Amino acid sequence: MTNLLEVRNVRRSFPRSGGEELLVLDDINLTLKDGEILGLLGRSGSGKSTLLRLIAGLARPQGGTLTYMGAPIEGPVQGVAMVFQGFALFPWMTVLENVELGLEALGLPQKEIRARALAAIDLIGLDGYESAYPRELSGGMRQRVGFARAVVVHPSILLMDEPFSALDVLTAENLRTDLIELWGKKQLPIRGIILVTHNIEEAVLMCDRVLLFSSNPARVSAEIVIDLPQPRDRTSPAFEDYVDRIYVEMTARRVERMRQQQAQGAQSIAMPLTHVSPSQIAGLVEALAASPYDGKADLPDIAYEQELEVDELFPVAEAMQLLRLADVEGGDIKLTHMGKRFVDAELNERKEIFSRALMNHVPLAAHIRKVLDERASHSAPRTRFLDELEDHMDEDTADETLKCVVSWARFAELFSYDDDAELFSLENPT
Amino acid sequence: MKILPPVSIEGRRLLPSKWDLLAAMLVLGFLILFADVSRDLIRPLSAVEGQDLSLDPAALPGYAARTGLRMLIAMGVSLAFTFAYATWAAKNPRAGLILVPLLDILQSVPILGFLSVTVVWFLSLSPGRVLGAELACVFAIFTSQAWNMAFSFYQSLRTVPEDLTEAGRMFGLSPWARFWRIEAPFATPPLIWNMMVSMSGGWFFVTLSEAISVGNTTIALPGIGSYIAVAIAQQDLTAIFWAIGAMLVVILIYDQLLFRPLVAWADRFRIGDEQREDPPQSWVLTMLRRSRLIDWLTAPFEQAIRWSFRFTPPGFGVRAALRDHDNRLGDILWYAILAGLSLFAAWRIGEFAYVNFSLRELFTAIGLGILTMLRVVVLILLASAIWTPIGIYVGLRPRLTRIVQPVAQFFAAFPANILFPLAVSLIVYWSLNPDIFLSPLMVLGTQWYILFNVIGGASTIPRELTDVADNFGVKGWLWWKRVALPAVFPHYLTGAIAASGGTWNASIVAEVANWGDRTLRAHGLGQYIADATYAGDFNRVVLGIAVMAFFVVVVNRLFWQPLYWYAERRFRMVS
Repeated sequence: MTNLLEVRNVRRSFPRSGGEELLVLDDINLTLKDGEILGLLGRSGSGKSTLLRLIAGLARPQGGTLTYMGAPIEGPVQGVAMVFQGFALFPWMTVLENVELGLEALGLPQKEIRARALAAIDLIGLDGYESAYPRELSGGMRQRVGFARAVVVHPSILLMDEPFSALDVLTAENLRTDLIELWGKKQLPIRGIILVTHNIEEAVLMCDRVLLFSSNPARVSAEIVIDLPQPRDRTSPAFEDYVDRIYVEMTARRVERMRQQQAQGAQSIAMPLTHVSPSQIAGLVEALAASPYDGKADLPDIAYEQELEVDELFPVAEAMQLLRLADVEGGDIKLTHMGKRFVDAELNERKEIFSRALMNHVPLAAHIRKVLDERASHSAPRTRFLDELEDHMDEDTADETLKCVVSWARFAELFSYDDDAELFSLENPT
Repeated sequence: MKILPPVSIEGRRLLPSKWDLLAAMLVLGFLILFADVSRDLIRPLSAVEGQDLSLDPAALPGYAARTGLRMLIAMGVSLAFTFAYATWAAKNPRAGLILVPLLDILQSVPILGFLSVTVVWFLSLSPGRVLGAELACVFAIFTSQAWNMAFSFYQSLRTVPEDLTEAGRMFGLSPWARFWRIEAPFATPPLIWNMMVSMSGGWFFVTLSEAISVGNTTIALPGIGSYIAVAIAQQDLTAIFWAIGAMLVVILIYDQLLFRPLVAWADRFRIGDEQREDPPQSWVLTMLRRSRLIDWLTAPFEQAIRWSFRFTPPGFGVRAALRDHDNRLGDILWYAILAGLSLFAAWRIGEFAYVNFSLRELFTAIGLGILTMLRVVVLILLASAIWTPIGIYVGLRPRLTRIVQPVAQFFAAFPANILFPLAVSLIVYWSLNPDIFLSPLMVLGTQWYILFNVIGGASTIPRELTDVADNFGVKGWLWWKRVALPAVFPHYLTGAIAASGGTWNASIVAEVANWGDRTLRAHGLGQYIADATYAGDFNRVVLGIAVMAFFVVVVNRLFWQPLYWYAERRFRMVS
């Protein structure tokens, strides 16, 4: 059996202002086999979409090689079609015209274009909508147009960039099932699919094999073969085992590193932070304290119950770990003593707990407070700290880190920040 | 922020309503009134025309400062007008009925038209002194700035999101407080954008408004405009280059000290939750904010406004009041006033027509109007054919956009007509046909609207859409036809509408051009009005203005407006 696609040692970076390079993909290797659905799973912003654009030939890597059916990819490849997260339909074309676009580009005769487009529309379940404009359709129907447009050019590889994440839960499930059914019955003229997602259950539901991506820069951190027959049952124990396993894989590494740093007292102000609002933290702490968890929960369970995407859950869980409100270990999250006190506290006491946690565990917050205390004016411009951070991290990360600290410090009333003047100070408006 | 074209597009109607006719009649009537008064007042004003202007570059900073100050005063007056007029039109449906069409007509009246019929009246306000001339000049600049600002403000006031208004009502804000807390802030970003456009408009006519020449009245107020006029009369190319330099500096100063801070400041009024990746910055604003000078200076005003919230000026909240119970008496009174005014206007027009009207003159003007229209159409087509592909090419490349966009905006702000003398000297030198070669001058200043609107449009094409095109191998003509051109079409139209209006207006400056004692004429309505103005022939001035306004309004209503709505329905990206 031949490989449809091979990606070897691919590296991709983006230029930043100031001459530095931001590395997004580092040494990526993957293979797509004939007849397989391959999942790329990772948090948003982990470079999966960038990788997909490289595979489609929409962008070029700085290093490494990509080959499609043995030939190097050096531009948009005929035979690789893509389905987009935001549907990417042309608003001035009808459903039929949108589907026909790819065929027109192939320069086929008008008659064949029409026949194939109608067949694809029929297959994807869009019958009767041929002359509708995208704005008249619901999200689910729009994405069906996206599928029809991709399928109609008879690609060998179908790339899907989070195709269900802009849809509501019911519509997404409906579309997933339809797609798996078509795939299972071999009705699609497609030999392999790459699905980018940050939804763990979606990956387990649809893929034959899943690659886990770590972020900043993206690397393939693990490979998991999903050995379950289609159609798969979300409630079966085997399914849940796979989901659990992936959760553990995805949290373990980062949290472990953070814990090590905390243990060694080796944290510096240069620790990048993801912005999570204090109310999100408080919300999860409270949910965790309440029944049925009583202070300890399985991450997939609480994500499901709280209707949190992994993308939303992980940063909050990490923030709780950082502030020592909870312990994250092996796919479980457990409230610490401080976390339990936080739950029982009044608002002012909560602010105090938060404030103490910031001073003890977030070096950047402590640092800003110290600078403000020492200055006669008790104020300092934002650039003072931004410059300091940018010695250790890129601009965007520094920005996000500072934003996070501001949001936490505002809640804790540790210091205040005036966004107009871009000025940190100790004073609050009187 | 969505940028709307500076013409009335809310009506979606093709045929003029009775209100349009009434508005046209009022404008025409008052133009005639002023023209009549002017005729009686015409006397040479030795005090002002005797001023000698020095072409010494050392005098330029002083002139530049005076011109800059005039622009600033006119901008202040335009702002005051905008707040009063647009608010009145938006708040009071009775007033809105006539005020909006009136604005449409006023906007289509060429600027020279206002100037030529009002200058003598202004001069008579303070006979023999410069003050009258200064007033006339500021008024001329005002007429080139005010209308599109008022339009923008009116359109914003009418599209304030319902939930904001309702929130205001729920918290018990009075209509007056709602205006200052919700409506005015909401309307601010588009207003500032239009102020920038207006400023360019003002610059474009600065030569006209400072070096006024109506019949026997010749005035040259010290300023860059007059400096250029004198340089043209003396065929001094070096002086013209100096003037161009000075103007560049003034425009840059305005940009850095006024507009950039305003744009950065107004960013807070944008509606929408997402934080902008690259919010506008201004060192001046940052400085002011750091120094807290602004806080200190504006605190009293803030206090005063807040204090005023306990009152509601009469007229605010009329819309609500009208909905509750029909105000018959007010209706009768209002329509009686309108009827009286229109009767008066009709009487003036009738009398004017009876004494001066000649069918031959009318046909001459209309014929010339068709010539000018031909020029405008050809030029806009040419400019579109050139700038649309370039704009798309640039807009799809973010790095290039960051370089080209400010340059295009700067060119738009740069008064192209001070380059006229260079062009004219070349036409004279090579003895070219002015009917053809003067025409491009009309579009010199206005083509940039097309360019930067297309760039703006192309840069907002979602990357996913261009990815789709690449992914499916859409290339060449198919790409232009199916992807690029439709994507920028609504943006292009906004630019083309502005460019077309500006080109009509510029015809007065471009169809007659001087170089020393040589005068070049291209046959057209602009030339007709310009010549009539220099000759002090008010009958022909009024006729020319009326015909031009008619052409502009008809083109807007029959062509641009339907096209605009078609584009909005068909091509606007929906999220």
